Amino acid sequence: MILPIFGLIIGIIIGISFPGSVPSEYAKYMSIAVLASLDSVFGGLRAGTEDKFDNIVFTSGFFTNALLAAGLVYVGDRLGIDLYYVALLAFGLRVFQNLAIIRRYFLKK
Amino acid sequence: MGHIKQGQIAIALVCVVLGIMLAVQYRTTQDIRSTIPYQRVEDLAQRLTQTEKERDSLAKEVEKLRKNASSGEMSHELELIKMGAGTIALTGPGVVVTIDDSKRPSKPGENPNLYLIHDDDILKVINELRAAGAEAIAVNDQRLIATSEIRCAGPTLSVNNAHYAPPYEIRAIGEAQTMENALRLRGGVAETLQFWGIQVTIKTEDKVDIPAYKGSFRFDYAKPVNGEVKQ
Repeated sequence: MILPIFGLIIGIIIGISFPGSVPSEYAKYMSIAVLASLDSVFGGLRAGTEDKFDNIVFTSGFFTNALLAAGLVYVGDRLGIDLYYVALLAFGLRVFQNLAIIRRYFLKK
Repeated sequence: MGHIKQGQIAIALVCVVLGIMLAVQYRTTQDIRSTIPYQRVEDLAQRLTQTEKERDSLAKEVEKLRKNASSGEMSHELELIKMGAGTIALTGPGVVVTIDDSKRPSKPGENPNLYLIHDDDILKVINELRAAGAEAIAVNDQRLIATSEIRCAGPTLSVNNAHYAPPYEIRAIGEAQTMENALRLRGGVAETLQFWGIQVTIKTEDKVDIPAYKGSFRFDYAKPVNGEVKQ
């Protein structure tokens, strides 16, 4: 459990030390990608608790989820379908579900 | 802790990426928040320059029209009225009064405002000059007319809606000696100001130039009374 938190801290430090930000019109897509990544990480942790963790599934899931989420929201914007909120709800729900499962796992031990 | 055995390294690596994304996203959100007021500032600045340009062109037009108007024959009476109204530049003997803020450091516990020039100081000087028979008065480059205001606008002084910072130069045409004496009177305006360290210099000059009033006259409410003047 220590290693992922350590990785997160390193990532934040790298992100802060490198200047540069997303242009404001793409900030929306970036935010949905962040949410998708969060979902993937919690999904991976949950899989770890259930002893079903697969390296390839997890890593590919992380990147494809983030890219697909941002891409879908972008396409939806072009077509006039606000997929942003759909993605927000779907990922948000899953993050909380995964969190609940991880919490139960830790409580049981 | 350490219950989750599987995939620690993969999750850690992914967490690095997630951390970078979070940091960038945080900065982006901060940027967006700070850029919106900036846009507003830019917008306002643009509007200001536009309005200033408009004002300058209109002032030029006023000058042109005034020149055209004055090219015709001018009766003596009209000239007198124009001199009184301040629409033509005047020259003649008079005084130049220069007033600057106090150089004296204010003592602790004392109000530093006492050492600064205020609108009422300038007004007192002008009132004294008028009482001494000044025929035309200008503050810096602004001719004082009947509707001229003199008031503090933050650290500056607003005269005819133009802002000036100290030192202020008050020029007046009239009987030079009388005006100087009126200002230098014992216990008078100059002495009171000098008591607070405000620098007042009064010079009599043979030729004082006073510019014309640059603005335009506007009467939104006042209308001339037609017909016989009621006595």
